[in-house]
Amino acid sequence: MFYREAGQFKTSYAADQALLPIRQDRIGLGLILLVAFVAVPLLASDFFIGSIMIPFLVFTLAAVGLNILTGYAGQLSLGTGAFMGVGAYACYKLTTYFPDINILFMVLLSGIFSAAVGVVFGLPSLRIKGLYLAITTLAAQFFLEWCFIRIGWLYNYNDSGAIEVPQRKLFDIAITGASASPTVRYLVIVSLVALMTLVAANVLRGRIGRSWMMIRDMDIAAELMGVRPLYAKLSAFAFSSYYCGVAGALMVFFWIGSAEAEAFDINHSLLVLFMVIIGGMGSLLGCFMGAAFIWILPIAIRAVPQMLGLDVIAATTEHVSNIIIGVLIIFFLIVEPHGLARLWQIGKEKLRTWPFPYSSN
Amino acid sequence: MPTGKQVSVDQYSGSTADQDRSSMDLTASKPVSETSRQYTTELLSIENVSLSFGGVQAVTDISFNIMEGEVRAIIGPNGAGKTSLLNIINGFYHPQEGVINFRGKQRRRMKPYQAAASGIARTFQNVALFKGMSTLDNIMSGRSLKMHRGFLWQVIHLGPARNEEIQHRRRVEEIIDFLEIAHIRKQPVGRLPYGLQKRVELGRAMAMEPELLLLDEPMAGMNLEEKEDMSRFIIDLNSEFGTTIALIEHDMGVVMDLADRVVVLDYGKKIADGTPTEVQASQEVIDAYLGVAH
Amino acid sequence: MEMLHSIFVSPFIEMGAYPDFFLQVVWEGFVAGVLYSLIALGFVLIYKASGVFNFAQGIMVVFAALALVSLHGMGVPAWLAVILALGIMGLLAIGVERLVLRKLVNQHDAILLMATIGLTLVLKGVGQLLFGGEPKPMITEELGLPTGSTDWEVFDGIVIFQHIDIAATVVALLMVLALALFFSKTRIGRALRAVADDHQAALSVGISLHQIWAIVWFASGIVALVTGIMWGARSEVSFALEIIALKALAVLILGGFTSIPGAIVGGLIIGIGEKLFEVYWGALFGSGVEAWFAYVLALIFLLFRPQGLFGERIIERV
Repeated sequence: MFYREAGQFKTSYAADQALLPIRQDRIGLGLILLVAFVAVPLLASDFFIGSIMIPFLVFTLAAVGLNILTGYAGQLSLGTGAFMGVGAYACYKLTTYFPDINILFMVLLSGIFSAAVGVVFGLPSLRIKGLYLAITTLAAQFFLEWCFIRIGWLYNYNDSGAIEVPQRKLFDIAITGASASPTVRYLVIVSLVALMTLVAANVLRGRIGRSWMMIRDMDIAAELMGVRPLYAKLSAFAFSSYYCGVAGALMVFFWIGSAEAEAFDINHSLLVLFMVIIGGMGSLLGCFMGAAFIWILPIAIRAVPQMLGLDVIAATTEHVSNIIIGVLIIFFLIVEPHGLARLWQIGKEKLRTWPFPYSSN
Repeated sequence: MPTGKQVSVDQYSGSTADQDRSSMDLTASKPVSETSRQYTTELLSIENVSLSFGGVQAVTDISFNIMEGEVRAIIGPNGAGKTSLLNIINGFYHPQEGVINFRGKQRRRMKPYQAAASGIARTFQNVALFKGMSTLDNIMSGRSLKMHRGFLWQVIHLGPARNEEIQHRRRVEEIIDFLEIAHIRKQPVGRLPYGLQKRVELGRAMAMEPELLLLDEPMAGMNLEEKEDMSRFIIDLNSEFGTTIALIEHDMGVVMDLADRVVVLDYGKKIADGTPTEVQASQEVIDAYLGVAH
Repeated sequence: MEMLHSIFVSPFIEMGAYPDFFLQVVWEGFVAGVLYSLIALGFVLIYKASGVFNFAQGIMVVFAALALVSLHGMGVPAWLAVILALGIMGLLAIGVERLVLRKLVNQHDAILLMATIGLTLVLKGVGQLLFGGEPKPMITEELGLPTGSTDWEVFDGIVIFQHIDIAATVVALLMVLALALFFSKTRIGRALRAVADDHQAALSVGISLHQIWAIVWFASGIVALVTGIMWGARSEVSFALEIIALKALAVLILGGFTSIPGAIVGGLIIGIGEKLFEVYWGALFGSGVEAWFAYVLALIFLLFRPQGLFGERIIERV
């Protein structure tokens, strides 16, 4: 009832093409940013920030990457985890070679390595489509995972075989490594995610994003409209992998602190895919919803029996959440292939016309 | 006579020159007797083109031309090779033999996006819209070739990239007005009725401001009213904007009214070529459509 | 130069120097290939009849084998356990058809693939919940499968043939023959081929798609159980198999999504190829190349022959 666009007339194309043309949406976003940047760092506990907010944001960024490729450009990928790994290992190598250069810069730079690898594994997309392409991304997944294990140079020949995050500072405050506080790491991540989401939204609504959607919806027609499949597909792979790469670097440097190759295995790729499916393919908002849902559901399932005073083995809750997520994926694909984001949109439309549901259009 | 020049965005948007041109055209516009329009410049010519898939001969040794500013119809029974011919013209199929001249440039092999860049647009027999996008975005997609702002501008979406977007939006809105589809501007095209989808597809092709517009059965599956609307759009497009049009259509009434010249195909071969009246009188055409007594 | 030598010359010298070892490697690869072929066969059956690319085939193998082993562990006799496991796969087939496929008719193939990924999660969760996550030994002897091995003296050496490997090959062969007979001689087989050719045309002559889908999923459930038994007998029954089973996807690329002979030949090529590559070239790369060989081979193959070994050339239409 408060969600009305009545009276909000657009007098220019610029206003009509704004990211959030409706005033209430802009206010809502402002409130969310206020909570994310002020309320959470001030009020939330370390556990909440470290175990819920940080992973949620890292996965959101990875989901944005995958959604660009799968949801917007229509190229199914099962190799997200490996592309995240490329970013993480690249960042690790960069910061060992250039310890004095700001780590944030290195994180952003490492995405470029991931983008390059993404382009190489995206090359087959010029000749093959759909399921076949999904299998070539599996090739990327297993080949890169093997590289992370076998190429000692990547992890500086550590005995552990893992990459361990050194301490790095920004304005004399430790932002990575063991002594960096969760709140500081959270602020770094939330800023990057907000910025990169804005960039993604801008690219997606412009010429380049449109060319991806054209290829997704009808590749032949797109080509006859002058879109070059080579550029469109490879740029989608590059852009998407860049996001995944940065997400991977953030994951290791600002969340888990050290990682072995297994952190980027096929299950990790599938996890991000689930987030995109449940959140909604072709929706940036869906990336946030999907990541939140998939990350928080197992935590919630673990918490519920505890609250009820029941004693349930940890493994059991994991199996139960597997089943629930699996069922939900099938449910969403059947009922609402556009995921939570579409449900949200339907809800808003209902709200807009309430209490006269038949008055619209 | 309309000359079909490449017109820039600003020139196109309702300047007085345009109005003069269109008013001049309206007096000479169809339906007038076919011979009243004379075309002098050849826009496209196809010489001895043959195409086969494996053992199937789709198109055999076809030659014909399209003059600048005319409406050219391609007709023939089902399976005569009409759509294959369009696919050859816009580079989707590559003929084994023969050459294609477009605007004085000769080529045999060409990628579809190169054809698009050289000024050929088209619509499809089965609507090929971008189903996940709105009407507005679909028509905007026709402007792809005319937008040039690079990646970094896209990223910040301010200044030049935003201005470019708005400038093209203005042009697209004119097309939306022209086709009378303002009410479905923001609807996803997948949900639109068939007739409107066809109209949006025409709008998308128009947005490319092509020199040559290929329409593959623009009126298939339409009712009388929708056909009349579509015919009106095609006539206006040809006479107001000077777009050269080649169309495939099964409705003979429409073809005879719209087309300046008609080429008739049967079994991949050309069997007649000329004004509608000439073609109608051709014995071979009558045989192809009605069958021959043996 | 030395690099080239170690890639193009020395492996072959080694093969020639120890032909018995070479034969052993080929045989090992062959048996692994037979199992890949079996998994791929399950994929092909389902893909042909319903256009669904069944990501869950691997977990179905694990699930079927685990069900069998666990039932036996509860004291059910082996023969009954096999029947009950088949029954479970049958129920699964009906359930999948009713609850998933029927509701996803006419959806894009990527959506169907993702639905089977969801199914994978469900089966994994249910399997772990019911049967536990830890690896289990297969009940090889109780099922009457042979154990032990035979040595074959050849080229001044010996090649060892595990009896279970021979049995696996024979069983796989029999199953392929049985399926071939089923598809060519029975009414259901004919209906199935009709469905594979054209769904709507098949519907219009009165074939029930639902029935066919359930049958096909059951058939690939049977294939999964057999694969699970054989695989389990060679190593053990564990969820790790699920990842290995993904190699069958690479097999499909080589063989084509719809060709049963393709699945078999593709499986053997990948099985033998990866073993040879691992043994003779693996050291160059630092071993473990089996993990990606199949996929990279498939990727290279895709670039040159996207339709697979036996697939038909794809002509795009506008």
